[in-house]
Amino acid sequence: MRYLQRAVLLIGLPVLLLAAWWFGSAGSEDFYRPSLSSIVDAFGQTWTWEMFQQQVFPSLWRLVVGYLLAVLVGVALGVLIGTFRSVRSLLEPVLEFLRAFPPPVLVPVAILLSGIGDRTKILVIVFGCVWPVLLNTIEGVRGRDEVLSDTCRSYGITGSLRLRHLVLRAASPQIMTGARQALPLAIILMVISEMMAANEGLGFTVLQFQRGFQIPEMWSGVLLLGVIGIVLSLLFRLAERSLLGWYHGQRAGQREW
Amino acid sequence: MLEVKNLHKVYDGHGRRVTAVGDLTFSVPEGQFACVVGPSGCGKTTLLRVMAGLLPATSGEVRVQDTPVTAPPPGLAVVFQEYGRSLFPWLRVRENVELPLKAQGMARAERRELATEALAAVGLADAHSAYPWQLSGGMQQRVAIARAIAYQPRVLLMDEPFAAVDAQTRADLEDLVRSVWKQFGVTLLFVTHDIDEAVYLGQRVIVLSASPTTVAQDLTIDLPAERDQLTTRADPRFTELRGQVYARIQKVKAPASEGAPA
Ligand SMILES: Nc1ncnc2c1ncn2[C@@H]1O[C@H](COP(=O)(O)OP(=O)(O)OP(=O)(O)O)[C@@H](O)[C@H]1O
Ligand SMILES: [Mg+2]
Repeated sequence: MRYLQRAVLLIGLPVLLLAAWWFGSAGSEDFYRPSLSSIVDAFGQTWTWEMFQQQVFPSLWRLVVGYLLAVLVGVALGVLIGTFRSVRSLLEPVLEFLRAFPPPVLVPVAILLSGIGDRTKILVIVFGCVWPVLLNTIEGVRGRDEVLSDTCRSYGITGSLRLRHLVLRAASPQIMTGARQALPLAIILMVISEMMAANEGLGFTVLQFQRGFQIPEMWSGVLLLGVIGIVLSLLFRLAERSLLGWYHGQRAGQREW
Repeated sequence: MLEVKNLHKVYDGHGRRVTAVGDLTFSVPEGQFACVVGPSGCGKTTLLRVMAGLLPATSGEVRVQDTPVTAPPPGLAVVFQEYGRSLFPWLRVRENVELPLKAQGMARAERRELATEALAAVGLADAHSAYPWQLSGGMQQRVAIARAIAYQPRVLLMDEPFAAVDAQTRADLEDLVRSVWKQFGVTLLFVTHDIDEAVYLGQRVIVLSASPTTVAQDLTIDLPAERDQLTTRADPRFTELRGQVYARIQKVKAPASEGAPA
């Protein structure tokens, strides 16, 4: 019963909104706002397997590689900065400076320096997504409980064991927060970089449709991007649940007190 | 074997100088169970942290097993007061107990065996796969004790380990610590603010003065080795010793400046 209730709550509003869109736009004569039914039609015809191979998978590939690289770099740098005061004072001014750039501004620069290949787009995604991960990791590493650190010291838990079982795990709730914030950024940057510099990919395709006045097709591309966002955030939640089970369990226990 | 010689510790930072330990000298022979009591803020935790090599002394010396302490000494385990914060919440009970052994490079089978034995010794044989936060406070402190035993230390330091558990659990844990001490033959330094607990547990009670901290009294507890919550606490000798410690603490607590009798 409770599961049913939750399921209804979860999908209730989206279903309602889609229904409103469907019936509100039914029989639309407006060229730029086609009916949802025609968009769905276009969706089936546009996004064939071949299209997925040519346009969608390259985009997803760049997205995933860029995102994972950003998380990796953010966590590694964050652990270093959070652990060593000297690294912190050395890097902080530079990082503050770099952070001030809106990532899309980098696209033209990156094109000049490394062309319009995958590397440019991945770089842009990494550059944009690294910040939330980095800042949250630093905070997580610095906010660690002193008693646990003392425990490690007095039991001789050092080196990689300490990194794995203390530093990273203690910071993992914050790391996941940063990674969650970075996920939509990665999608945005993927699309933007493809709109500015590509001859294939999802962003490029949507832009082509718009330029070619293939309006239902354009809308279907937008719809596909939304679906990709939802699927990725669901995957993220699955990963989070298995990594942070202890954290949610602990917090649930405290709330019961 | 534990030796503290002219230990002096000053905290200096944020524009504030606090003398936490004035001048402490005492030693605990191999295998002894010694309790340390003293008024709040007299530097008991500081003393323990210096002994554990977690904090440098300002001057003076601490030796564990005849070696001067400069870093956490091997063969020394600490049970912290904040049991809830000293266990790894992302590790199961067994993994918590095994982690220090893993750090020593011990083989898996041996680790398992020691952990099983230690958990059985504290009465947690069936909680191996629980997470610490699924256990009660008393059980968590048992896990911390099991982790210390499995480490097979020669010296065990405990800082007010039962300050946050209820009276019944506390009595059980006191008996547990005594049986662990007897079974494993460690040198045990037990810090508490509870005079009854100190007299009930130890072979010896060291009373610290208020800051600047020195040893105010060093009392041998000549109660029989077999102790029992009911009979020992009803023993007239227990009452007498407790009275002595209590009187001493009252005296050291009263600051000389506040019109103490000349
Ligand atoms: N990290 C620190 N920085 C500065 N002063 C400190 C620090 N830790 C403790 N002190 C000071 O040192 C003195 C002794 O503290 P300590 O915690 O050792 O006392 P304690 O005997 O353990 O007290 P309690 O019985 O309340 O636990 C106190 O005055 C305290 O304010
Ligand atoms: Mg203390």
